[in-house]
Amino acid sequence: MDNSEYLKDISEIKDMMNKSSRFFSLSGLSGIMAGIYALIGASVAYYLVSISGRNYVILDGKLFTYILLDLAIVAFLSIVTGISLSIRKAKKNNEPLWNGASKRLVSAFLVPLITGGIYIIIKISSNHYGLTGSLMLIFYGLALVNASKYTIGNVKYLGYIEILLGLICAIFPGYGFWFWVLGFGVMHIIYGSLIYFNHG
Amino acid sequence: MGSIINNINKAFDHRIRLGIMSILMVNEYADFKTLKELLGATDGNLASHTKALEKEEYIRVEKSFIGRKPNTKYSATKNGREAFKKHVEAIEKLLKQQG
Repeated sequence: MDNSEYLKDISEIKDMMNKSSRFFSLSGLSGIMAGIYALIGASVAYYLVSISGRNYVILDGKLFTYILLDLAIVAFLSIVTGISLSIRKAKKNNEPLWNGASKRLVSAFLVPLITGGIYIIIKISSNHYGLTGSLMLIFYGLALVNASKYTIGNVKYLGYIEILLGLICAIFPGYGFWFWVLGFGVMHIIYGSLIYFNHG
Repeated sequence: MGSIINNINKAFDHRIRLGIMSILMVNEYADFKTLKELLGATDGNLASHTKALEKEEYIRVEKSFIGRKPNTKYSATKNGREAFKKHVEAIEKLLKQQG
């Protein structure tokens, strides 16, 4: 065997290791859409608070229910868009959608995320909701870093950015709303575009 | 030079066998269907290569049933992992020397 054969072997090894352990059909477009949903959702929340004539949200008011509903719609639309665009991309790439890699991706992503979600709900129900924005950013960031081992590797940098924003937000809890807009809206659009242009 | 050549393992001297080992290095296990899809091999072709690796005791085979469907799972043995690592290191050294 000569050099080129060995080089081919090495690239074959790398290719098989990647293909068998990572899910590549993550859609950049769905990241951009999630960012847009987040910005629309945040504008709605901002509008709701401003017409209520108050500058703050009380827990048992109608306003609070509307904002939770608003958040739930943003999350739901982002998840549905993410899944359906990934299905489309996997079909196009001829990558099986539900293989070992994508299963591990989903569980690596969901464990920190659901933990954070439950923690936030517990804190809100005991009236500690001042740090909700910060906690959402931190747990979402941890979920991304954890999941990045099983997908396009640079997703982890988005995770680091979200964690950092969450920590800074914890220092300035009064600006939670704006950090949320930056982390979930602006960063998703930027990162989604980067993935879209590099990986489709 | 001679010692490097010795570490080049004939058992991995085929695209399919190299692929099987690469997949099993980064996955706890993989079933027959997954290997087939990833490697683009036919049933018979893949079976003969897994048998060869099994004979060397580089991979372990576990047969079970999922409902009524037979399911064959493969995983790398400790021996297999070490042998594969040596093989890859030997290739890398060769490439470096011939640069």
